Parts: sequence; structure tokens; C-alpha cells
Amino acid sequence: MTNIPISQGSLARTPSPAPAVQAHRPERPARRSTSRRPNYGAGVAVTVWLVIIGVPLYVLVKYSFQLQSDYLSGSPLAPPAHPTLSNYSYVLQNGFARFTANTLVVTIGTVALVLVLAVPAAYAIVRSPSRLVSTWFRVYLFGLAIPAQATVIPVYLLITNLQLYDSLVAIIVPGAAFGIPISILVLVGSLREIPRETYEAMSIDGAGAAMIFLRLVLPMGRSAIMTVSIFTALGAWNGFIFPLLLTQSESRRVLTLSLYNFQGEFQTNVPGLMAAVVLSALPIFAVYLFGRRWLMAGLAGMGGK
Amino acid sequence: MATTASPVRLRAPRESAQAADRTSRPGVVWGVPAIVFFSVFALLPMLLVLYLSFTSWKGLGFPQFNGLDNWRRLAGDSQTWRSVRLTLVFTLVSWVVQTVLAMLLGVWAAGNQRNRAVLSAVFFLPLILSSTAIAITWSVLLDPNFGLAGWLGPKLGFEGGNVIGTPHGALVMVIVVGSWQFIPFHSLLYQGAARAVPQTLYDAAMIDGANRAQQFFRITLPLLRTTFVTSSVIMIVGTLTSFETILILTKGGPGTATRTLPYQMYAEGFQSYNMGYGSAIALVLVVVATALSLVMVRLSGFSRMRSSFEGL
Repeated sequence: MTNIPISQGSLARTPSPAPAVQAHRPERPARRSTSRRPNYGAGVAVTVWLVIIGVPLYVLVKYSFQLQSDYLSGSPLAPPAHPTLSNYSYVLQNGFARFTANTLVVTIGTVALVLVLAVPAAYAIVRSPSRLVSTWFRVYLFGLAIPAQATVIPVYLLITNLQLYDSLVAIIVPGAAFGIPISILVLVGSLREIPRETYEAMSIDGAGAAMIFLRLVLPMGRSAIMTVSIFTALGAWNGFIFPLLLTQSESRRVLTLSLYNFQGEFQTNVPGLMAAVVLSALPIFAVYLFGRRWLMAGLAGMGGK
Repeated sequence: MATTASPVRLRAPRESAQAADRTSRPGVVWGVPAIVFFSVFALLPMLLVLYLSFTSWKGLGFPQFNGLDNWRRLAGDSQTWRSVRLTLVFTLVSWVVQTVLAMLLGVWAAGNQRNRAVLSAVFFLPLILSSTAIAITWSVLLDPNFGLAGWLGPKLGFEGGNVIGTPHGALVMVIVVGSWQFIPFHSLLYQGAARAVPQTLYDAAMIDGANRAQQFFRITLPLLRTTFVTSSVIMIVGTLTSFETILILTKGGPGTATRTLPYQMYAEGFQSYNMGYGSAIALVLVVVATALSLVMVRLSGFSRMRSSFEGL
């Protein structure tokens, strides 16, 4: 909690994600070096990139530990003269727990809804003999092309007419709806890899569709389900436009919106704002530290093979 | 099924298996909840956008049909057309910058050297931040009075360090911040693809005396093609629809210098409460998104697009 190791200074040491990387190594013996000579050009480019990525992150974390007065008088890159946790306690006293809880509800709700709908649908698309189901698959492919942002006005119309305006459900519902096409695509891709004979063997043994779903589809589709969950969760956690347009009261506020409001209301309290930004990213940072491989595999899974 | 003329001899042994298989296949009902939900909350809004673009609606009560009024207004609205041009420039420049950097970084990160693994862990860090968090952090950095821009800006020729206060500076910064945010994700995609390239190809090339650049252009690059299409489509749609970055960094300004289509739609629909006109703008956004994606697909070959989708 006290120090988030993304400042440049901590790079010399091994950052915590390294063990996951190390565990990854034995599978891949050093075989990717395409040439024996060290690549100096890449070295320079990578250093430049490190500065570009590192400086904003360093400034973000550094400001969050800085006194307001030091922010106004100090240089933007100097380390905090009087490190303080007061910004964090200030943010925590201003409803941050509430906003985090709301975000958690939205994230879990969206993932649950997507999984409950998309996993059985993907199973039907892969295995159902019905023509209708394969038509639906084409509908989802088409759905991929719909940018969610372009539909905010009718979504607002629908949500207000369903009396859902200013509720967490109002955020979950459209988020899940627009998450379904890509989720189904990933799940279908994975379920198609289960050999047809495996399905048939189970049905000869007398298993019904539900049994096959529980005993075969869920276990074999595990990694795709994980990918879909991670991607959907990140999208819900970081979502902005639906919360902005579909909620209003402070008791329904999610983290992203609280950052935006914070910036509007306390424009001068930059250290407090930066502490709020750091806190909002902390849960995902924890996942990154302890389940980096898992998170990365989930994200990379969206890009196909 | 029974009337098809397939040879009975071949079917007979499998008949019982097939019958069992048929009863144990999932019915349509397994897919119904998803398609109903998706239709109501994603497809219906898509149709409603079209309907609303022919109405006048202030956000309360019921939309009133007003014929082609919104579309007539759109045809003569120079701001919306400026937004279309701006959105195209913004998207294409972002796409080029992000693709080149993400590809190079991804191929670099695919290497197994230990320093690369450690540095990649840092390079991927922006992935954990929301676009809101990233935009707020950058707006602090770009503050002309206390931020880095106030200190660095004058050295780069921006008077008073107010980079974001100039029309071109604001557009450049919106592109920079978007790239900072999205390059990590796309380099992750390229990293995965580059790792899938068989090492034997590189070994053979080295025996033939190919240098590093030749290996990159002749082996790695062609084999990244599928990922290139997937990544480009995600990138283009993501950039076209980026909204909070612009809302937080520039509010579409200075003036209307960074007022892209999503922001223009938001300003018309939710700030001026011209929801009907906002819907017409939304449709323009859909048309631009579809057109760019189609160009992308055409340029890279339709069949490859399909296979990259199937592989997802």
C-alpha cells in the first residue's frame, strides 16, 4: 500500500511480476534471439519508451504522496519533499469505499450476466442442429461492428422508459449487451476445438445436453471463459459513458465517474485527485501483480491466435 | 434426413449413435436468452437510432416525428462536417502511430531475454488504468502552470507551456494520450503472434545470411498479418469512439479543435438536449466506423478477415 513499485527507481530491482515471467521461461528456452549481436538500436528505442511510459506513472504516484503546498511550489519531477498519506485518507473519507462497492457490483453483475447468457449460447451455436442458431451467430458477428457509443441516445431512452435510470442495473444491462458478441466469438472459437467425437462419445453414454454442458463444455471451455470474464470485467470496471449518461446520484456513482467529478469539483487538489486515481487502479494492479500471466493470457486471448 | 440418398450401408452402423447424438444436442432454447437480451439492448437501440434521427426529442416525454429536419440540418452543419474530417484524421494518425509502435514493441517483447520480460512488465502497466484515470493523469501533466508541460513546453516552442491550449497541440496530445493508453494492449497481441512464429524460419534465414532487418521484414512481418487485421479493427473502432479522453483532456477544445464525432454527438444530445439531431450524428459515426472497417478488410483480404475472426 505504501509504495507502488512503478516508479523508475524500483526498476533496478526486480519488480514483483517477475516470478510469473520466470515460471514461464522453462517452456521457452532462449530461442527468440534472432541474431547474436546485441541490438543497440532497440536498446535506445526501448529506453525512450521507458521514459514515455514511466514518467506519467511516476508523476501520478509521486503527486499522490505529496503535500498540496509542495505540489504548487515544487518542480513536476522532484520527489515529494514531505511524503504524506493525507491525500489517501482524504479520498477514503470522501465516499471512495461507496464508489468502489458500486463498481464491484457493476463489474460482477456484468460478468455474471455475460457468462450466463453467452456460454450456453456459444454451446448452442457449436452443437445445435438448428439452422436458426447459426443465423444468430451471424447476427453476433454483425453486432461486433456496432459501436456502443453510437447507441447511447436510444439506450438512454430505453433505460428511462424501463424506470431503470440512476440505478446500477442501468449500467450493467447495456454493458453486458455490448459485451455479448465478442464473448460469444471467443467462446465459439474455443468450443469448436473440442473434437466432435468427444461430444458423441458422451451422448452414446446417455448424457443429455445439460449433462454434456456441465461435464464437458464448462471444463474444456475454462480458458475461454476466463478470457471472456477478464475482458468483460476490465471493460465494466473502466466503463465511463454509460455511468455518465445513465446515473446521476452520488449513491450510484462508480469509480471512473467519481474521478471525473472529483476533477470537476476539486480542480486545485491535484494530490488528492492523483491519490483517487491510484486507489481506483489498485484492485486491478493487485490482479496484475499476483495473476499477471492469467490477466495477460486473458487479454491476449481476445486477439486470437 | 431419411429421404436423402446417402448409402444406407455406411449409415447403418452409426444410426444408433446418431440418434443418441441428436437427442443430446442442445436445442434452440439454449441460445434464446442471449439473442433476446442482445436484440433488446443492442440491436433495438441500433434501429432506434435510425428512428430517432427522424424525430425531435428533448430527452423527456415522447419523440415527435419531424421528417428530414435533422438530416437537413446535418447537411448544412459545418461543425459536424468538421467533426467528421477531424475524426478521420484523428483515427488514421492514431492508427498509424499505434500500429507501428505496437508492432515493434510486441516483436521486441516476444524475445526471451530476461531484461525484456522485466521491462515488458512495466510497459504493460497502462493496461491496468482506465481511460478516465489516464486522461486525468495526463491533464495534470499537461497543466501549463504546475505540470510537466509548463516546464517542458517552452523548450519545445509552446509559449507558456500551454500545449493543450493550442488547436494543433491539443489534437497531437489527444493522439499521444490515446496511443499511450492503447499501445500496450496491441503490443500484447503482437507479442503473442510473434512468439508463434516458428524459430526454424529464423534459423534458416540466419544460415542464409539474412540480417536482423531482413528477418523482420521477410519473416516476422508477413506472419503478423492476421494479428494486424484484428488489431487494426479494434484500434480503429476504439479510436473512432474514444470519448472520455477528449471530454477530460480538452472538452472538445480549444474552441472546437478536438470535437470529434462522439463528442459532437454528446454535446448535441446530452448538453443541448437535441437527442434527435444527436441520433443523426450517431448514424454518421456508425457509417464512418463501418466504412473504415470495410476498407481495412478490403485492404487485407476478406478471407483473411474471416479466418482471423474464426480464430478469435
